[in-house]
Amino acid sequence: MIEVRNLTKHYGDKHAVNDISFTVEDGEILGFLGPNGAGKSTTMNMLTGYISSTSGQALINGVDILENPIKAKSYIGYLPELPPLYLDMTVKGYLNYIYDLKKCKLPRKAHLNEVMTLCKVSDVSDRIMKNLSKGYKQRVGLAQALIGNPPVLILDEPTVGLDPKQILEIRTLIKKLGRNHTVILSSHILSEIQAVCDRIIIINHGQIAAHDTTDNLSKNVSTDHRVVARIAGPREEIVKALRNIPGIIYCRADMEREEGVYEYELEAKAGQDIRYDLFEILRENNWPLLSLKSAEMTLEDVFLKITMGEGLVIENPEDKADAAEASKEADEQAAEKEEEA
Amino acid sequence: MGAIYRREIGAFFTSSIAYIFLAVFWIFSGYFFFSSSLVAATTDMSGMFQSLFLICVILIPVLTMRLFSEEKKQKTEQGLLTAPVSLGEIVFGKYFAAVTLYAIGLCMTFVYALILSSYGVVEWGIVFSNFLALLLVGMAFIAIGVFVSALTENQIAAFILTFVILMALYLIDAAAGYVSNELIANILKAFSFFSKYYEITCGLFNVSTVVFYLSGAFIFNYLTIRVFERRRWS
Repeated sequence: MIEVRNLTKHYGDKHAVNDISFTVEDGEILGFLGPNGAGKSTTMNMLTGYISSTSGQALINGVDILENPIKAKSYIGYLPELPPLYLDMTVKGYLNYIYDLKKCKLPRKAHLNEVMTLCKVSDVSDRIMKNLSKGYKQRVGLAQALIGNPPVLILDEPTVGLDPKQILEIRTLIKKLGRNHTVILSSHILSEIQAVCDRIIIINHGQIAAHDTTDNLSKNVSTDHRVVARIAGPREEIVKALRNIPGIIYCRADMEREEGVYEYELEAKAGQDIRYDLFEILRENNWPLLSLKSAEMTLEDVFLKITMGEGLVIENPEDKADAAEASKEADEQAAEKEEEA
Repeated sequence: MGAIYRREIGAFFTSSIAYIFLAVFWIFSGYFFFSSSLVAATTDMSGMFQSLFLICVILIPVLTMRLFSEEKKQKTEQGLLTAPVSLGEIVFGKYFAAVTLYAIGLCMTFVYALILSSYGVVEWGIVFSNFLALLLVGMAFIAIGVFVSALTENQIAAFILTFVILMALYLIDAAAGYVSNELIANILKAFSFFSKYYEITCGLFNVSTVVFYLSGAFIFNYLTIRVFERRRWS
């Protein structure tokens, strides 16, 4: 179990990590997500005792990493951003060294073989690491983290440099390890986090920008009231007409896809299905609808939205004003209709 | 500490450093042995031991230059500092690996003594005290080299800086001779590594000298540990 309380790291005036708090339970996989330089590695370096925190606390299985570093470190298997490999050693020699370094008590030969099989490095065990490919080096890095079977695993971008098949294998392995380990995993590949992690922390500018379960994060952003339609016809008129759909809060013409054909992004109030209204308007005006798809937000969009600090839906202030106007108009129309009724 | 010590010994021999160090050390010690003992037809080895001091000033930076600088450069330092070992274990593991290799080099002096013993009577007590003195000087020098190596990630910079420091310690006696202020001259003399060593090669074995070299070794190993502590807290 990992408990982080108000962890902060300053480098002079620069706040690398600012007041981060979270806990990871046993048997849970936490995903750390953020753009480069967001503070992911700094946080991980503080959790593993490589650097100290300016303030705040990190407890590994209840042991403070700064108060009792040796005990806390013995609970952790750490794969840093760059695997700490001595390139002049063989894989086996290196893992033997790590076994000694961690003062491991498990039966040496059986344990090393188990770890090497798990990380699929057995076939290169006698090779000098200098001559290994990036993928193999990464897997040896993972193997050294697993030696001693530590209850907490902290993996900084574990799938970097692997080919797609290896990535799948490593993800499956991490998922399997997650059942009886506490795992923190960092990545900037969203699909990876989505596939492996139970919970996600999105970190940006050294702060937690979002913290939720993977399911919730995706649910919050998947919206069935947003559609992208490809319509043939005059652009301005179509936009004008679409903005008259009751309940619509946003409409924007995208780029010209075919000659005279534009793509339009539409968003209605939550829970409203605008496809019927859309079809009515297009039928009335004889504008052929060439394609219609729902514009679900992916985790990628959420990530961008959160880390860029701006809305994805409304991309410039002008559009925003338009949208507000449109919704105001729509409301007025609705009121008029009510009056008429 | 054992794991780090064994790895460093292994690394000395997989890189060419161990071979270069031993070969160069043995070539020069062999030359000094030949010129000051064999040619002079004497079993007195003090001439050779006095000359070896300068060889140590040149060769010890070779032993220590990569110990920490390479870890930093290859980013393996991160694995070391997040392993469940204390900074003391890390520093002393590396330190004693270098001391071991150095001692292996020094053992050649016993071979020379053996050669001499077939021609005449060798004073083994003096040979042993000379060996011990050179070992102690080396232990202090290696601690300085390890400390400098922890300051930089460039092996060459570590080599040059260590060499300059050791050379300055060697020349400190000469410098003391040019200082007219008696107090400063005495202070400089107190820090002289060579004059104390020279006394032992002449047969004056002094406990305070042993304490001087050992405390030098201890202070610089302690400073190395502080370097890592400071870096972690900065």
